[in-house]
Amino acid sequence: MSALLIRDLRLAMRAGGGFGLGLSFFLIVVVLIPFGVGPETALLSKIAPGVLWVAALLACLLSLDRIFALDFEDGSLDLLATSPLPLEGVAAVKALAHWLTTGLPLVLAAPVLGLLMSLPMAGFGPIVLSLLLGTPALSVIGAFGAALTVGIKRGGLLLSLLVLPLYVPTLIFGAEVARRGAEGQDYMTPLLMLAGISAAALALLPFASAAVLRVNLR
Amino acid sequence: MSNLTVARGGLPVLEGVSFALSAGRALVLRGPNGCGKTTLLRTVAGLQPAPVGEISLDREAMAYGAHADGLKATLTVQENLSFWAQAFGTDDVEAAIDSFNLDELRTRTAGTLSAGQKRRLGLARLLVTGRPVWILDEPTVSLDAWSVKLFAEVVRAHLAAGGMALLATHIDLGLEEAEELELAPFKAVSRLGDDFDEAFL
Repeated sequence: MSALLIRDLRLAMRAGGGFGLGLSFFLIVVVLIPFGVGPETALLSKIAPGVLWVAALLACLLSLDRIFALDFEDGSLDLLATSPLPLEGVAAVKALAHWLTTGLPLVLAAPVLGLLMSLPMAGFGPIVLSLLLGTPALSVIGAFGAALTVGIKRGGLLLSLLVLPLYVPTLIFGAEVARRGAEGQDYMTPLLMLAGISAAALALLPFASAAVLRVNLR
Repeated sequence: MSNLTVARGGLPVLEGVSFALSAGRALVLRGPNGCGKTTLLRTVAGLQPAPVGEISLDREAMAYGAHADGLKATLTVQENLSFWAQAFGTDDVEAAIDSFNLDELRTRTAGTLSAGQKRRLGLARLLVTGRPVWILDEPTVSLDAWSVKLFAEVVRAHLAAGGMALLATHIDLGLEEAEELELAPFKAVSRLGDDFDEAFL
């Protein structure tokens, strides 16, 4: 298992591996928003939590199709399926590798970009916390979508259509945590809901991903 | 393997295929393109279910080698092999590198190898799995005559050590341990016509 994780991380870091794709998209979107909205600090700081969350979600979506498609194309997925590694474990490790290369950098970049969006001081903790709890859910849900569309050439559009509705609960509760935090309110309830969604997704979806991969490999 | 039917896209391709593998023997599947060799091998390897029939071989004993080698272009030869060795819980990468004469290519990334070199690396993967039953689909594609001989020697050594091999290939490997199975007689009869008539009667 750890060998697969190390391999996936190594592949992501090498040329053309796509590491930084999500992060740079996140940076570009959040840097452009103040230009588009105009120099109204009050408005910016009001929309900052929502913008950061939507941008993070779209950045995550950008690299989803690589999770299984590359391994499917070069035949590694067939070989992984016939190897001693359980396919459920393969799906979970690939989602983890996706989170480490896409989700985690977003979490780390969010406070810096919060500054650009003039996020209120009280909002920095909650935005980092909500992204930290929410992005793992984005990665495992995305891995499930990637598993569903693995045999399809240029399945990116279908993948987005399948995954976006599944992302909505995470977005609602994640952005709610960040908004309430920025306004200085208590954000415990949405935070617990967000953590619950992530925990359920982490526990169930690797099994669902493995099941659809088995069907798609036939 | 007894009375096996294999299907592709829901339609049976081969019906009633029965054969047995025994330690130290190889079975070579023959048949024209599109007759179902790959489908049969994928079914045996457990990648797709068999609608009818039984496979009594233990899947945990099999190593499957497909058309595609499953190599990562940005990893080196050594890294590619080490990954599969770790995935299969073995560590004998050196023997595999020696057997397929990959020593000079060790630090090259797989993306810079020629087609034949890639194939040799893909075949070296079989050795690092440490599994006794090799299921191989067209293993000699893009190999030169010298490499084919090298491959035949590796298979012979594997069989001599008590291994088994099931191969689909068009060329003669010169393996005296090999039996041949012609797949053409097992071609599934299409019943589409009958159903069609009934539907309209």
